[in-house]
Amino acid sequence: MLIITCPWCGARPEVEFRYGGEAHIARPADPSALTDQEWADFLYNRTNPKGLHAERWRHMHGCGRYFNALRDTVSDFFVTTYKAGEPRPDIDGSSGGNP
Amino acid sequence: MVESASMTTPLTPANPLHVLAAASRDVAAVRLAALAPAARLVFRGREAAIGPAGEAFGVPLPREACRFNTAGGRFAFWLGPDEWLLLVPNAEAAPLFTAIEAATTGLPHALVDVSERSVGIEVAGEKAAFVLNQGNPLDLSLAAFPIGMCTRTVFHKAEILLVRHAPDVFHLDVWRSFAPYVWELLEDARRELA
Ligand SMILES: [Zn+2]
Repeated sequence: MLIITCPWCGARPEVEFRYGGEAHIARPADPSALTDQEWADFLYNRTNPKGLHAERWRHMHGCGRYFNALRDTVSDFFVTTYKAGEPRPDIDGSSGGNP
Repeated sequence: MVESASMTTPLTPANPLHVLAAASRDVAAVRLAALAPAARLVFRGREAAIGPAGEAFGVPLPREACRFNTAGGRFAFWLGPDEWLLLVPNAEAAPLFTAIEAATTGLPHALVDVSERSVGIEVAGEKAAFVLNQGNPLDLSLAAFPIGMCTRTVFHKAEILLVRHAPDVFHLDVWRSFAPYVWELLEDARRELA
């Protein structure tokens, strides 16, 4: 079973978690000032990288908190996890780094 | 129309485990018991409200993740960094609620009486962890899940609050409509030990 490290609870089995989409996407402060294309980018367009991806997870059957993770989309390896509100860690890792 | 008693006296919610628990066999290696009713309050609050809430409750709210504090028959379970379950067996919720509300007036917080939302099950005996692990993937060794630890987790497909009171004594709190599901899967898991 995949183990995910919640920043509060520690290492936990993946069945306690839910995926929450790409991280660090701020809602525009004034949506009415945006063009349709800019609004569509905010709503629908994601980076979808092959490699490290910063994404939201929720420890749904645990502390209930959202947090962020850097996961390698090729290997499914979780490089690190960090609390919501913290900046994306400066890691340009590939598969197999230390968690 | 004849007036029945149920029309004049408030209904007491039945424990969904009464029938199952009454028919349950005693298995020494792991005993199951439906726990008594309890007052249950969920408290969520910002920093300023956490201390006063614990003082009013009589048990400081634990700040360490996945731990509980207990004093005088009262329990404060850490559920999240700003969320606790306050539980007192065989108690009324209303006076606790009033006391905590009074102590946290004006401080950002939420206090909700969830006494009837869930029921408690005790799983006790030398094979308690083994039986729980039939439906829960956590490491229940004493090193990884020590006495005094509590956490929300899953038992098969149901969410539970899992608490360790002693090396061989666990309590779980489960939403009442899931309770028969959890109970029967616990029975199934311990069948080979009878
Ligand atoms: Zn957590």
